[in-house]
Amino acid sequence: MKHQHEYRDPQLAKLQIQAIQQVVAGFERTMTFMEVCGTHTMAIYQQGIRALLPEQIRLISGPGCPVCVTPVGYVDQAVALARRPNTMLATFGDMVRVPGSTSSLLEEQARGATIRIVYSPLDAVALAEKHPETDVVFLGVGFETTAPTVAGAVLTAARKNLANFYVLCAHKTMPGPMAALAGDPELQVDGYLCPAHVSAIIGAKAYQPLVDAHRVPCVVTGFEPLDVLQGVLMLARQVVAGAARVETQYRRVVKPEGNRKALELLQLVFEPCDALWRGIGNLPDSGLCLRPEYARFDASRQLPIVVEQPREHLGCLCGEILKGKVQPEACPLFRTTCTPEDPVGACMVSSEGTCAAAYKYGM
Amino acid sequence: MCLGVPMQVKSIENETALCEIDGVQRQASLMMLDDVKIGDYLLIHAGFAIEKIDEEEAQLTLQALREALDMGLEPE
Repeated sequence: MKHQHEYRDPQLAKLQIQAIQQVVAGFERTMTFMEVCGTHTMAIYQQGIRALLPEQIRLISGPGCPVCVTPVGYVDQAVALARRPNTMLATFGDMVRVPGSTSSLLEEQARGATIRIVYSPLDAVALAEKHPETDVVFLGVGFETTAPTVAGAVLTAARKNLANFYVLCAHKTMPGPMAALAGDPELQVDGYLCPAHVSAIIGAKAYQPLVDAHRVPCVVTGFEPLDVLQGVLMLARQVVAGAARVETQYRRVVKPEGNRKALELLQLVFEPCDALWRGIGNLPDSGLCLRPEYARFDASRQLPIVVEQPREHLGCLCGEILKGKVQPEACPLFRTTCTPEDPVGACMVSSEGTCAAAYKYGM
Repeated sequence: MCLGVPMQVKSIENETALCEIDGVQRQASLMMLDDVKIGDYLLIHAGFAIEKIDEEEAQLTLQALREALDMGLEPE
């Protein structure tokens, strides 16, 4: 894989760790750095990075797993759609096992619902083309990395004049929750490892307002072990120097302005709307909804369903874990009633959820 | 979910590239990128190429890491 080997060089990793130790030597309080990307969560657990860092540095996971931050009410909507006659749901794999209030898509599939796991939103468009008599609903979940691919699918369906392709849209956008958590005195985030591929789309400059408003250092960081260590080093240097600015470690992919064409796709198909985040609540303009011009593809407007009253699971601390306030081991359900085989909360379902990563790799 | 796989472009037809990594081939939409050439490395996410991988920047980052050696740090 391109550069993967080089960015996993253990000798260079040792040097990076020494450099981090030198930077924080003599620094008397703990620095808390939050990542807000499920792929970072996975990488940090999988590579055992926490154990390598000096005790002054604490890494926590925030609301970076799109499946995890999707509220239970959305799963209930998807379940209700799955129960509709003549309807096929198409989704990325993680969503099927997320528990709703009383059911999940996996349970609905066992009861006879038609649910297809797809690799790309374009596969869902192809399904709609292949089954013209069936309503095909794609579950639009994900941040700015994924939302343009769904915009591309909607435009493709429009070009093909498909009357049976729909999106149940719950896309969310990134800097919003980071600003909400930066202002939380309970958390005291000293710096953000900004999400790598969200930033490829929105650009490093997108974090400047967050830095200006909260004086919190932001480093756009890649996913390989050397990327993460260098991102931590860059954040630590800023904290020690009392600085707060946006820096980009992941320069081989992320540009200051982001991806212009992807942003144009987003603007063409979606408009900002308020969005409900599990654990954080409603954040203004932190979601993406289909523009009125594309309302005919909007499952929530076109396909009437009755949805049950959403009910969170008692005792599940997913919401607190997504804010970085509680670590998985502190949840009474973790490893007891909540396991990857039989998950209670979304953070245990998605392979990149904090609880799933902690269960698999520990620490 | 935001996983991106670096793949190399083998051929291009209209707005779709055939990309390869470790012998695995996949089609990727080029709707989000301009000026893609055969041989380029792209980051593929959910069937779309979301960005090119800049070889020069990749080497500069590694070079900066290796320069840590000159700062008096040595691998154990």
